[in-house]
This record gives sequence, structure tokens and C-alpha cells, in this order.
Amino acid sequence: MSQKSFGSLFETKTTNDSETDATQVTDSEIVETETDTEAMTETTVDDTQESTTVIQETEAKSNPPEGTHYSIGIDLGTTHCVLSYVDISDPDNEEIIQEVLQIPQLSAPGVIEDKPQLPSFLYQAHASELPEGESVLPWTAEPEYLVGEIARKLGEKTPMRLVSSAKSWLCHAGVDCKSPILPSDAPEEVEQVSPFQASAAYLEHLCAAWNKQHPNAPIAEQEITLTVPASFDPAARELTAEAARSVGLTNAILLEEPQAALYSWIEKSEGDWRNHANVGDIILVIDVGGGTTDLSLIAVTEEEGNLGLTRIAVGDHILLGGDNMDLALAYTLKTKIEKDGKRLAPWQVQALTHACRSAKETILSDEAADNIAIVVPNRGSSLIGGTLRTELTRDEVDTVLLQGFLPTIGSDEHPVVNSRTGLRTKGLPYAQDAGITRHLAAFLTRQVNAVDDIKDINLADNASFIHPSAVLFNGGVLKAPRFANRLMDVLNEWLATENAPEARLLSGLDLDLAVARGAAYYGYVRKGKGVRIKGGTAASYYVGVESSMPAVPGMPPEVQALCLAPFGMEEGSNEELPNDEFGLIVGEPVRFRFFGSKTRREDAVGTRLEYWEDDELEELDEIEITLDEENRNIGEVVSVHLSSAITETGTLELQAISNQDDTHWKIEFDVRSSEE
Amino acid sequence: MKEIMNNTQFNIDLELFPTTFDAIHAYLAATVFGLALTVIILLFVLLLGMIRRAKENKTTKPTDNKEQAISASIPKREPEVKIVEKIVEVEKIVEVEKIIQAPAPEPIILKESTPDAALQLLTLLQSEARFIDFIKEDMAAHSDADIGAAARVMLTGCSKTINQHFNVAPIRSEEEGSQITLAEGFNASEVRLTGNIVGEAPFKGTLIHKGWKVTEVKLPKLTEDHQAEIIATAEVEL
Repeated sequence: MSQKSFGSLFETKTTNDSETDATQVTDSEIVETETDTEAMTETTVDDTQESTTVIQETEAKSNPPEGTHYSIGIDLGTTHCVLSYVDISDPDNEEIIQEVLQIPQLSAPGVIEDKPQLPSFLYQAHASELPEGESVLPWTAEPEYLVGEIARKLGEKTPMRLVSSAKSWLCHAGVDCKSPILPSDAPEEVEQVSPFQASAAYLEHLCAAWNKQHPNAPIAEQEITLTVPASFDPAARELTAEAARSVGLTNAILLEEPQAALYSWIEKSEGDWRNHANVGDIILVIDVGGGTTDLSLIAVTEEEGNLGLTRIAVGDHILLGGDNMDLALAYTLKTKIEKDGKRLAPWQVQALTHACRSAKETILSDEAADNIAIVVPNRGSSLIGGTLRTELTRDEVDTVLLQGFLPTIGSDEHPVVNSRTGLRTKGLPYAQDAGITRHLAAFLTRQVNAVDDIKDINLADNASFIHPSAVLFNGGVLKAPRFANRLMDVLNEWLATENAPEARLLSGLDLDLAVARGAAYYGYVRKGKGVRIKGGTAASYYVGVESSMPAVPGMPPEVQALCLAPFGMEEGSNEELPNDEFGLIVGEPVRFRFFGSKTRREDAVGTRLEYWEDDELEELDEIEITLDEENRNIGEVVSVHLSSAITETGTLELQAISNQDDTHWKIEFDVRSSEE
Repeated sequence: MKEIMNNTQFNIDLELFPTTFDAIHAYLAATVFGLALTVIILLFVLLLGMIRRAKENKTTKPTDNKEQAISASIPKREPEVKIVEKIVEVEKIVEVEKIIQAPAPEPIILKESTPDAALQLLTLLQSEARFIDFIKEDMAAHSDADIGAAARVMLTGCSKTINQHFNVAPIRSEEEGSQITLAEGFNASEVRLTGNIVGEAPFKGTLIHKGWKVTEVKLPKLTEDHQAEIIATAEVEL
């Protein structure tokens, strides 16, 4: 999970080898000259110091020769960012050497540590909080924001200055992601930043770290793939792409995270994946991260004798993940402690959450571990006196985590949704139902028709939900074998009730780094090597148009949904709607309601829907068109039609095109920012 | 009334002043003056003596303390000094031997480790494992259960820190207690022979301890102004 260190997981082969060589050489020299054994132990201690300098030297040497070209994958996660890269300078090279960037970051004031993950946190330090010169980074004496490990650590004790989960805000309809709203409960004197700025700050840190280590291969000139949740709406995708552009990554393209995970699996199997996937397979990708759960379905089809992959469906944006589990355990223990008459301070609950995180991992991965002692030490220097001690039992983990988050249910049980009250709170729209299996059941049921158009896959006629035949896990939470087993058990039970064969688990993924690695591999695939997952847009998009009917007093005019972009629209393609004309007034912003559907696959561009089921269409942020007064008079009415395009980056672009001449106007998603 | 009258008749009036000044009076006055002078001189000498003694006490007492302090610290240092001397002697012998063997001896350099890395490790152990807090605790004042709870915090933190910053690998992969053979030219800095050391390699013996070796050190870098001596900042909650 987010707290873990992954130091041992990486291939720092080059540094390792040269370093051990160096130690051996110095060792043998010492043996020759020294005879005193005492002196020898002394020198071995010094050896380690020498080896650190050796590491630094090789780091400096890692700068590649000029002309080296890389495919870089960036996982801009809710809790962590990872950057992975592949050398693609030689087009004939079939061997893929993947590496993960060690990101230098402040881990405490004045201490810089290299870590493979950059925690996605931003901290607005008070002027007298850090001594001068203690926030230096290798590339700048005074960074604009504190990001990474130090932000997370300082924020633990001062949450009101901490910006976290900026990514989840990007996909939160109802807030302007470019206005400074984070930290959401900050007092007035704390400078707030926008979710957009925060995302850009993390990207900037990654870019600077890369450029420092690869001065001959500036990141702006490399192939960049940025991952986004499959459930991100067009506005959130656009914001992510814009954040990348704002730090100079003009050629960054977007890739959905579950797809990236599958790419990573393909890359890791080194060609062997064809033996594990068969034509007709439906691969279910379950990605449970620290803060979000992302679901995708990918079909394996036959294409000119080869295996082809098509992403056929994505799930909703579910704000539910490992952090919720730690919190649930902490509150269970809190009630247990408070039964004994002790009161817990907020910091103790926080420390309890931390302790629960590692205890959870132990209990879930170790069959023999029954009771794990949880200790919350005193904050003062006296460690023994004020220590709070309790136990986390296997039963508690079972009831709270397995039954709470992964309940054994039927495939027809769907999340309990309380109708939201009219008041919109400022917080994030966290999932109300913690049952991941219920969300999964709802997703599979909704997508029962997802394979209707795919010729190689035949779903049983009586199927009430789509039958996945293989499962790929991603995300730190699913590293725990008991979680993974539970999910498989529940899924296979559903499949058994419909007499479908059991789904098998596709293994071998590094669950923490897979997304970044897959994204880097995707850049390689784009060069025409290996299999590429097709899919296009994961939803169809509609604009709300008032229907022309006589006004009925007291009733709002009926809205029709006009399809702008069909399901599965590929990158680089565009669609026009010449038959639907709109009269727009020059100089005045015009707003449209905007909808997306993850299930209506059959709607073509220009289809008008007069009626739809509640769960078919999801209302997104409004879109806005302002015709500027170029060559026109304010107040003039211009007849336009709409067009949609999927850019090479992977974002949806909507335009209004004049019917008289060829003038284009861009239609914006992030409408609320233009109000200010 | 009568009684008062009688009293006044027999009382000596002290306020009376001699009306005549004769030789007796002069002699008496001289004696009084002489006695007073002797007393003053005696007192003065006494005072001087006292001051001197007091001064002597003040100066002597602190020197006593210093001597004690030095004598207390010297015995500690003395053995160190002796060891240093011994080492020097050993080194000299080595040099002499070398001179016999090789004509151009290399000067022996003893590396001095910088405190920064050590302080850094302490900082890491304190922040992750509350190491300093733990060892500064008075163990006698707490029950074993309490110490155990705190030790759990410290031990998990310590192992996390060490694993994060060092790659520690065993030197010998064989099981402890098993018989192993050391071929000729084995690395004497990795394997130490004990017990009945006679004969020539290959040596056969029991592996008592598999040994540990650090294969990689990943210590964080420090900014230039960073004060490594501060291993845990004081914390003030507002």
C-alpha cells in the first residue's frame, strides 16, 4: 500500500554490479596490506561508505548518449506517482528493458531521498515552518510547492495545510478544477491551489527529476504516456492533458489505467501471454488502488489469424479503496479501546490508522498470523509510559474487511444508493456503499450486452451478467492473497450459478508499478510492435437540446439528448452533425447540458433520444460555447453545427462550425472556470 | 513617699563627674587607653588571620575539585591512550617487517569516519523506530508488558529502516551448525577462524554464525545547511 517501501523491487542492476565489484576490489587490497583483524572490521565499515559514492558516480554516468529516445509512462495516481521508461531509440531492438525512475524528493526537511514513488501530496508550509535552505531539491533551490514524501509526512500532523487526492477532484462534477479550492478546509491565510495546479506540480517534479538525470534526453522530446482512470469523463481527461501541456509535455497522450495494467502483463509475459489468453476470452481488470476502484472489460478476439484485444466496457468512478479499509479498521479498534473508558485524541486515531495498515497486510498475507498487536506510542519522548496497546484479531479483519468490503453476495445485489440530498457538500463524492463486490456485480450486470457486437464471443442467452473468463488484478490492495482469493471466489460463485466456466486469474503483475510500466510499454506498442488494445471512447456523449413542443406551465421543457460522439470512437477520428443547426448569439456564452453513456453502444452520431432510463445516461459537467466577435457584431445570430473529434492525445474535442463559412469555435468543458 | 526618699539617700549617682583631675585619674585613663589599644591590635590580627585562611580555603577547595575531576577522567582516558600506543607499536612492527620485505613501504593511513552518516542513521532510526526515545527510557521503572509494547514499536521500525536503507545479506548460505570446508585463499575478512587453528587450507569446521554483509547502502542525501546533529526536532503543537 501507500506506506510500503519498494526499494527491493527495482532493477538497479548496473549500479549494483559496478558497486559490488568495487567493494570486492577494495576488500582484496585490504587483505594484502593489513594483517590486524581489528583494522579489517574497521575498513569494512568504510567500504560501505565508499559504495555509496560509487552509486552516486554511476548515477551521474546514467546520462545516456545524445540521440537516445525513450518511451515514458507516467502513472499520475491518487496517492502515488510513478514514472517508468523504455529505451526505444533502436527501432529494430526487440528486447525491452524497462526501468523505473528513482525520484529524488524531500523526505524530511533537508533530507533528500530517492524513491520509486512520489506521493501525490502537496503541502503549503508556513513561512516559519522550515528553516531556510532545507527545502532544496537537486534542481532548484526553492521549489514552488512541497510535494512528495515530505508533504505527506508534514500533512499527517497538520492536515489543514495538506492537499491530497487532487486527482479525485478532477473528476468531481460540480466544482471548478481550476479555481483554488484545496486544501478544502484551510483557514484564510493558507494559500489554496486548484486540483489542476496540484496535478501540474506533481508532473513538474517528475519532469525535473527526469531532466536532472537525463540532461541529454529532455523529457519534452520523449514519447510520453500519461495514465488516467478509465472512468474519467472528457472534462477530467482534458484537464489532465492540459496539466501535462502546462509543464511542457506537449506531446503527452492519455491511456486508461486498466489497459496500462494489461499492457504491463503482456510485457512481463515476454510473448507468453498468447498461451494464457484465448480467442473468446473476456478479461476483467479490477484495479483497487489507495483511493479509487476502477473496472474494465477487455475482449480477446481474432484478427487476421492473430490475437486482438478490444476494451469493451469501463465502470463508474468509484471513490473506494485501500485507505477506506485502513480507516474502517482504525475505527473498529477505536471503539474497542473506548469501551475500556479511554478517550482517543485525533492524532492517536491517525497513528492507529497507520498501524492498522501494516497489520492488515500481515493478516491478509500470512495465514498463520492470528492476532496482531497494535501499538500507538506516546507522542512525547517517553516511549514506554503513554503507549496505547490493543490487538487486531483475525476475526475483526474478517468481519470488517472481507465482509464489509468484499461481501459474499449474489450477482443481483447492487450497491445501496441513498438518494443524495439536494445540498451539495464541498467534499468529494465518496462511494456510499463500501461493498466492492456489489459494485462489481452492478458493473457486470449493466454491461451484459457489451459483447453483442463482437463476433468471437458468445454469451449464454440466459446470462444475467457478462461472464468474464479471466481476471487481472491491479492496485496495492489486491496484493493481499486473501483479498484476491475472496474476489475470485465470489466471482466464480456467480459464474457457477449460471453454469459458466470458472474465471482464471492472470498473474505475474507487479501491482504497484504495473500501470506506469504498462504506459511506458504502450509507447513502444505505438511504434507498431506488439499487440495494441483497441477500444476508442468508453462512452457515447450527448448534448442536451430542448425539444420543440408547446410550453406547459410549471413543467420544465423536455430535454432531448443529441448524440455527438458514438461509443468506441477511435483516436484521430472526427464526426460532424451537419443536420442539426443551432443559432448562437455572438459574444454571449451559451451552455448546454452534457451527458455520457457507458452502455448505449448502438447510438450513431445525430441520434436524438427522447426517453432514456435513469442509469443509462449520466449527466456530466455542462459545456459552454462563446462565439468571439471576430469579424462579427455582438448580438448577431450565427447558424452553426457541432462536430466532435477524439484527439491523438485521447481527449474529446467539441467544436461549433459555422454554416456560412468555415469558422470553428472550441466548446469548453471546464465551464465554471470562465465564470471567474 | 518616705521609702523613695530613703532610696535616693543611699544611691550612687553615676552621672556625677569627678570635679578634680589628679594623678590617679591620669594613671587610670592611661591604663584604659593602653588596654583598648591591645584589644584592637589583637582583634585586627585575628581578622587578618581569618581573611587569609578564608582566602586559602577558597582557592584550595576548587583546585581540589579540579584535581578530582581530572583524576576521575584520566583513568578513563589512560587506557585509551595506552591502546593507541599499542596500536602504534603494532604498526611500527608491521612497518619494520615491510621494510625487510619491500624496499618502499606505503604509509599506513587509518580512515576516520565522518559523523554525518552515523548521525543520519540515528535520525532515521529515531524517526521510524523511536530508537533514541527507547534507549533513553528508564527500564527499571516499567513493567515487562509496557516495555514489550514499546519494544514492538521500536523493533518493527528498526527493521523497516534497516531494510529500507541497507541490503543486508548473509555471507555464508549454509545452515548454521553444519560442516563446511574453506578452500585455500578464502576471504579472511569475510570468514574468521576460531578454535583449533592449525595446519593449512582447506580448513574443515562448523559454521557457528553465517555472518552478515551489507551489499548496498541507500542513505538519503542531505542539503548543505542541514544540521545532522539534530536527530529529532522538538515538536510544539499550536
